[in-house]
Formats: sequence, C-alpha cells, structure tokens
Amino acid sequence: MNPRIVLATTGRILRQLRHDRRTVALLLLAPPLLLSLLYFMFADLPTPPGQPRTFDRVALVMLGVFPFVIMFLVTSIAMLRERTTGTLERLLTTPLGRLDLLFGYGIAFSAVAAAQAAVATAVAYWVLGLTTAGSSALVILIAVVNAVLGVALGLFCSAFARTEFQAVQFMPIVVIPQFLLCGVLVDRGQMAGWLQAVSDLLPLSYAVDALREVGAHAEPTGAMWRDLSVVVGAVVVALVLAAATLRRRSG
Amino acid sequence: MDIAIDVRDLVVDRGGRRVLDGITCAVPAGSVTGLLGPSGSGKTTLIRAIVGVQVVRSGTVTVLGQPAGAPALRRAVGYLTQTPSVYPDLSVRDNARYFAALYGLPRAEADRAVAEVGLAEAATQLVGTLSGGQRSRASLACALLARPRVLILDEPTVGQDPVLRAELWEKFHALAAEGTTLLISSHVMDEAKRCDRLLLIREGRLVADNTPTAISAAAGTDDLEEAFLRLIRDPRIHDPRQEARPRAPEGKTV
Repeated sequence: MNPRIVLATTGRILRQLRHDRRTVALLLLAPPLLLSLLYFMFADLPTPPGQPRTFDRVALVMLGVFPFVIMFLVTSIAMLRERTTGTLERLLTTPLGRLDLLFGYGIAFSAVAAAQAAVATAVAYWVLGLTTAGSSALVILIAVVNAVLGVALGLFCSAFARTEFQAVQFMPIVVIPQFLLCGVLVDRGQMAGWLQAVSDLLPLSYAVDALREVGAHAEPTGAMWRDLSVVVGAVVVALVLAAATLRRRSG
Repeated sequence: MDIAIDVRDLVVDRGGRRVLDGITCAVPAGSVTGLLGPSGSGKTTLIRAIVGVQVVRSGTVTVLGQPAGAPALRRAVGYLTQTPSVYPDLSVRDNARYFAALYGLPRAEADRAVAEVGLAEAATQLVGTLSGGQRSRASLACALLARPRVLILDEPTVGQDPVLRAELWEKFHALAAEGTTLLISSHVMDEAKRCDRLLLIREGRLVADNTPTAISAAAGTDDLEEAFLRLIRDPRIHDPRQEARPRAPEGKTV
C-alpha cells in the first residue's frame, strides 16, 4: 500500500463528488428529513412510564442505520462505474495497488459519512430534542463506523453486479435483512432461536447494540466497545473479501 | 533489432468462445506497429493480454523482458482503452493530475500532457461535457503523461478530425524516434500506411506480420486497403508462419 496513492485516490473521489452538488445535498439532507418524519410519526404516541420515548429509541438506531444504507448504495454504484467505464481496468495497469483503491474509497466516503452523521446528529439533538444518556460524539463515532461498514460491503458486492440495475438490487438483499433482524422492530431476545442466531452473525445488530449502550449509559461501556469492535472486525473482513474480488486479470 | 513485446502461442477464451487462437508475433522496440483486423477479430483482447489484464488460456506474453502485467511494467507501459477511461465528473486537468499522482509525478507533467493532446484550452472543463474526440484525447493524455517505454493504444484516433489525427500520428512517430514502442490498433487504412509494421488478425489468428509495403506487394496490389480485403477474404490463409505464399516477395509474411 502506498500512502501517496491512497491520498491521491481519496482526493480524486471527493473532487468527483464535489462536482455532483445534488448528490451532496441529498447525502446531507436526506437523514435529517427522515428523522423529522420519524419525529412527527411518534409525536402523539403516549410513552409508557419509566421507558424512553419511542422517538428517542428509534431515532438513535436510525442515526446508525442511515449512513450504513446510504454509503452501501453510493459505494457499490461508484465502484461499479469504475468497472464499467474502464477506469478500473486502466488503474490496474498503473502503479496503483488494489488496497490503495479500496482504502481510497474507504477514507473518502468515511469523510462524507462523518459530515452526514454530524448534520443528522445535530438536527436530532438540537432540533428534534433527542436525548441519550451517553455523549452525541459516541453516536457520531458509531455512525461513521457503520458508514465504513456500508462502504466495505458495497465494495465487495459491486463485484457481483454487472449493471447498476443489479447493484441496487443488492441493497434489499444485504441491507434489509440486517435492518429487520437488528432488534429495532422486534427485540433480539424475543425472536425465535434460529433468528437470533442469524442476527448474531449480522454486523448491523452489533452496531445497534452499541448505540443502545450509548442511549442507556452516561459513560461508554465495555459492552459498547466490544460491539463496536465486532463491527470494525466485519469491516476488515468485508475489505479483505473486496480485495479478493478485485482481480487485475479478467476474462 | 530489440523486441519490446513478444507474444508466443497465445490462446484466449472469452465467454466460452476462442477469441485468440495461437497468436505468435513480436513488436520491435522503438517502432510504430499497427494492429488491424475486422471488428470482433480479437484486437482488443490481444491488447488486454499485452497490458496484463486478460486471463489467458495458454501461451506467453513478454513485455520488455518481463511477463505481461508484472509490477515492474506498471510504470513502463501506458495503456489507452478503447472507450475513454477518464472520469466524466472531473475536469481534464484533474483527471491528468490524478493519473500523474499515481506515478508520483508533479502536476506540471500532467498539465504538459494535457497541452500535448491539444486540450490546454479545455483543461478546466469537466470531461463529461467534452465532445467524443476531446474525451478520447483526455484519456490519451493520461496514458502519455508518465512517458512510458511502451504505449499500447486501442483506437486512439477514433472521432478525431483529419488535422488532429495527422498531429497525433506525428506525435506517435516523434515518440518512437525517442525510443518508445507503440502498438496502435486502428480501423483506418490511411493510418495503417503510417505504421512501420502491421499485424493483421482475423478470427483470432495472425494473417500478416510485415511492413505495409510488403503486405501490399504480397497481396499483389498497390493499394493497402485492397490488400487487406484480399487477405481477410482469402480462406487459404491461416497463419503466415505455416504457409509459404508464392506471391510474397520478401520476408516471412503472408
């Protein structure tokens, strides 16, 4: 891996994004708008005594889910474009290494995800009155790690799509089961045993557990760090798989 | 005569079909070699094998003494893909500067390459807003900027007007005079005449490997285009190395 090439690639990807103002606007505005929608959905719902507001519970989880979903989509399309326009083929004949490209994407989109998470979290806390026992900085940290997970899985899945039509179809396959089983709709403890087992294998479940730890405890807990490191581990595995699919030679 | 690119018994299958069927040829260093053949004959596949991005079934491809695609070759071989492989959402200059950065070259080198392909005035324009010909020159700039010893160009002059095309060919010959080896695929016969040597492939097999003059003479005509038509349509020709052709006045060809 060559830091100069990684940095040049990160800069190139961000410069491409800068020319696409509509995408930047959508990336930054979609999460706060969706959170506002959630706020109004739950506004008139009575809160059971001794429980957190439903909005607090759901919004906290969504702050981690949005960056994961959005970065998965953005990355798989961006990487697919590299493959279909021939730029990837050319890049692989230059001194650029496979990891240089993967890390370039990882860093560029993590930076975007950090901006996105900062905006969404700021709106959630200051405008929509989200309250958590723990710090909002930890929420942003977990959101960024989730975004990197989305990037890594997007890089990997793009290898299995030949067209953009196919690439977007991976979204429901990769993302929705993780969302359904992560514990936000039904508590993981209340699911059938085999569903719990599946849920235990999905990285988003750990991300959501980590966010709940932040919601419930004033100080970062050991459980939160453990959950977060599971997500980081999943990122590494996905990046290794993505590197394995990035072949210099193709048929 | 030094050999820059050496292809031996190359066989490539793509999508269950044999695309290259035992190609053997050599490209001399410091020459401009044209790669010609009907569409679908395997030109791009041969080029991909030479730059080392094609899975090959058997045979060897050696570039500057190294197996094709070897890490050491990534600085020495410049590759222009057939469809312009530049980023449409970046300016011409930013594209060139990115590719320059991959080779550790300063921005000035990138700007020089942009000027060399005649895009200095469009340097700040997004590639996506350029005409097809300009886009392909932006892509060419990115292949030229590292001053590679071997340049593999897949149809570099498609969509260029005659003046620009002439200028590009002057550029190619100037590079060859400095010692660069160029392999250029083309469809255009008046470009074939400008090459030092020609490789003609048909259905994945080499049917001619010689100078343009020798190829015309071998086909019994002064006209290169007519010579190609005869070679392409002649079912008796399979491989220049396996058949001695009575009409061939010189060399091993045809």
